[in-house]
Amino acid sequence: MGSVYTSGNKGKGIRSDCFITLEKTRTKTPEILVESKVQVMYGKDIRKLIDRILTALKIDHVKIHVEDSGALPFVIAARLESVIRMAFGTKKEFLPDLLPQNKYHTARERNRFSRLYLPGNTPNLMINAGIHKPDGIILDLEDAVAPDKKFEARFIVRNALRTLDFYGAERMVRINQVPMGLDDLEFIVPHYINLILIPKCEHADQVIQVSKKIDTLQKTAKVNYSIWLMPIIESALGVMNAYPIALASDKVVAMAIGLEDYTADLGTRRTPDGTESFFARSMVVNAARAAGIQPIDSVFSDVNDMEGLKQNVIRSKALGFDGMGCIHPRQIKVIHEGFAPEAPEIEKAGKIVLAYENAISKGLGVVALGSKMIDAPVVKRALKTIDLAVSMGILNANWKESENEKK
Amino acid sequence: MQIGRNQKMRKSKKFDQLVKNAAGRIVPTIVNGQQMVPYMGIGKYKPTGRKAAPMISSCADYPPDGNKVVPSLKEALIRCGLNDGMTISTHHHFRNGDLLANQIFDIAKELGVKNLVWFPSASFPCHEYLIKYLEDGTINRIEGSMNGPLGKFTSEGKMKGLGVLRSHGGRYQAVQDGEVHIDIAVIAAPTADAFGNANGVHGTAACGLLGFALADSQYADKVVVVTDNLVPFPCIPWQIHGNYVDYTVVIDKIGIPEKIVSGTTEITKSPDRLYIAELTARFCDEAGLIYDGFSFQAGAGGTALSIGIYFADILRDRKWKARFARGGSNKYLVSMLEEGLTDYILDGQTFDLDGVRSMRDYPNHVNTSPFTSYNYHGKGNFASLVDIAILGATEVDVHFNANVVTHSDGYLLHGIGGWQNCLFSKCTILPVPLFRDRLPVLRDEVTTLCGPGELIDVIVTERGIAINPLRKDLIAKMKGSSLPIKTIRQLKKEAEDICGKPDNPGFLDEVVAIVKWVDGTVLDAIWRVDK
Repeated sequence: MGSVYTSGNKGKGIRSDCFITLEKTRTKTPEILVESKVQVMYGKDIRKLIDRILTALKIDHVKIHVEDSGALPFVIAARLESVIRMAFGTKKEFLPDLLPQNKYHTARERNRFSRLYLPGNTPNLMINAGIHKPDGIILDLEDAVAPDKKFEARFIVRNALRTLDFYGAERMVRINQVPMGLDDLEFIVPHYINLILIPKCEHADQVIQVSKKIDTLQKTAKVNYSIWLMPIIESALGVMNAYPIALASDKVVAMAIGLEDYTADLGTRRTPDGTESFFARSMVVNAARAAGIQPIDSVFSDVNDMEGLKQNVIRSKALGFDGMGCIHPRQIKVIHEGFAPEAPEIEKAGKIVLAYENAISKGLGVVALGSKMIDAPVVKRALKTIDLAVSMGILNANWKESENEKK
Repeated sequence: MQIGRNQKMRKSKKFDQLVKNAAGRIVPTIVNGQQMVPYMGIGKYKPTGRKAAPMISSCADYPPDGNKVVPSLKEALIRCGLNDGMTISTHHHFRNGDLLANQIFDIAKELGVKNLVWFPSASFPCHEYLIKYLEDGTINRIEGSMNGPLGKFTSEGKMKGLGVLRSHGGRYQAVQDGEVHIDIAVIAAPTADAFGNANGVHGTAACGLLGFALADSQYADKVVVVTDNLVPFPCIPWQIHGNYVDYTVVIDKIGIPEKIVSGTTEITKSPDRLYIAELTARFCDEAGLIYDGFSFQAGAGGTALSIGIYFADILRDRKWKARFARGGSNKYLVSMLEEGLTDYILDGQTFDLDGVRSMRDYPNHVNTSPFTSYNYHGKGNFASLVDIAILGATEVDVHFNANVVTHSDGYLLHGIGGWQNCLFSKCTILPVPLFRDRLPVLRDEVTTLCGPGELIDVIVTERGIAINPLRKDLIAKMKGSSLPIKTIRQLKKEAEDICGKPDNPGFLDEVVAIVKWVDGTVLDAIWRVDK
């Protein structure tokens, strides 16, 4: 009897996942046993996939037992590869085909109202995540994955990045805390990731380490697309170092705050009105604005309290945040509505944009609204507000015509 | 061709004379020795002749004091002349809390009676108990629905006779047309009087109404009402008329209340299903299907309930109301009635205690039967008056045909219920996920045909909405919509891109059950699975 290695999940309530057991044997020809909930429809397909992986990775002398609860091929492949790597320590990869539509990149200043956290070792929650249209989707390798599942989760996350369509959401991964998180990078950097979240960030150096490793990996993989960073501030020390962290790399586009850990670090508890974190939130907002990046708020963890979430979003926006995390798709709509520009804001922005265009058409160097001079950053902000309102469907794309009719 | 009476031909063939019907499906025309008409198309088969009728009875044979109580169910069945080859009917208003059907066949076994036909309006997991009687020949076959374990038993070719699946409306039609002759109807009643008047709104086993037992009471040779709550005459309301009833039996407990009404029917918490529900409601709204005075039918599934809630929001916002909502009633529908968002609930079965309470207390919560709602061989029925019907499916194919009884692996697992009947609504919408786990719901061809595609108007999935090309009006209305309108083939491709193309199950050359269409013709056959 050889050693036994396992990967994946099984049992009651497990769907779209599989559990794979690998046992080393003395017989050269692999012995494969597939038990699947979808045996009739996909039994042959699963066996074929396993054969392909074993051949590609040159594995024999094994007994493979698959207990499948309707896993998609990318999950089966990830489970098998991880269990093979555990058993044989091989570095050889089996990469599922990259969806061509997944080769998109995101702009530094794109909207980041909502980012949906998904546990990195729970594939069934990932499959339909994109249909809920969050601005970003985070495949989480950190707190949402149990310590003994960290290794196998990397394969799920990597394969998900390659094969799942998130329908335009910014593709994000939260790596583990540095230094462990540095080892996560090789599983995500070559696979068209858009943004990496660095948790429990306390020093600028942690960001620099991540940034350098990304550069190295990109050079090896011969890719050079932008990969953005979002450090998360989750401790008293992190709050004090927020500004240097925000400036640590030009890859940093946003900085988030994580209040569960922060309040624990302070020795207090999170309350609904958040007085205990007022200072930290303000520090993060201020540091981010000073560094020219987006400040992003913590998640609201009661998924059943929609009114509480709404109030939280209102406070968050008022403090200066540009977005917040969410842990359930139901929260996305409330967050988007809350961060969307409000009617008076849109109206004012419209007036500024019209005044700006008027000034340009008349060749004036100065934009004025009534007797007030308008500075360039204000114009820029107004243009952004209008674009946003149109893209969210709050403002008609032909708003200028109706505005002119009013005159 | 005429659909003949239910002859007891024990030695006759289970199935014979296979033909290809108008839907292109291979079906038997001899089923359990009885001649069948293959499906001919929607509205094509026109029966002639007169309806079946029960025997004439005389008051002289019944106690003038109206006391029809006999000491036990066994006694009642013996007095009814329980004998080999008879057809015994029960209703399913007690759902998974039914205690009666199993007892009936315990008695039959004890009396050594063989080859019975069980004719329930639906079966539930609690009836897995009957497998031993299907195996030992006490029961020859089930005509009704074969759910879960009974379905598996049937699919594996273990049932002696051939199973027959009918819709709720089709069941009434089959009895009315004489295709099925009920020898003994046993009607579980939450409340009854000694005369046999009965209702479902009072008593500890209250289930709301007894509409599924209506045909049984009207057409069976012998009718037994069984209750655990005997009240002095008159039992009001008398949903079942004692004038049809031969014997009344009082037992300790006729059903398990907490299983009769689940009490757990809740709107879905699944974000994916909620999204499908929202898309469905937005579609209905943009297509102009919702208006002041419209009507809808939504089932008890989590997604359907959520759609009802979106409908209610739209009505409330615009200060509109529905003229009627068809139930399966539940607390959400009841709250719409109470809030004045619908004038009426026309109810076929109650799913929770709020439904039962509402039916008892409000005159505008009306009990209906398969006769009024669904019977295709009547002078019209309510189903076609409904503006929007929201239904489910296990599979839908590229021609919009849908399956509700078998899974993609070929196993029979569900009954038809009122599903086929509801397809006649003005707009039938199936909100379904594009795939379940790894199984695409959209297929090249359905495993079993239960509903012809020409009656299915819209498929709503989380990745897009497909409108039946026959509905040019809906396609025109949705032009320029921001909703993700796609073709059904696009949707199928998306599903297969994600899941891979599934293999089809292997079947043996043996029919194990047939699916009837609403007019009694044979729409499809279910084949024995190759294990």
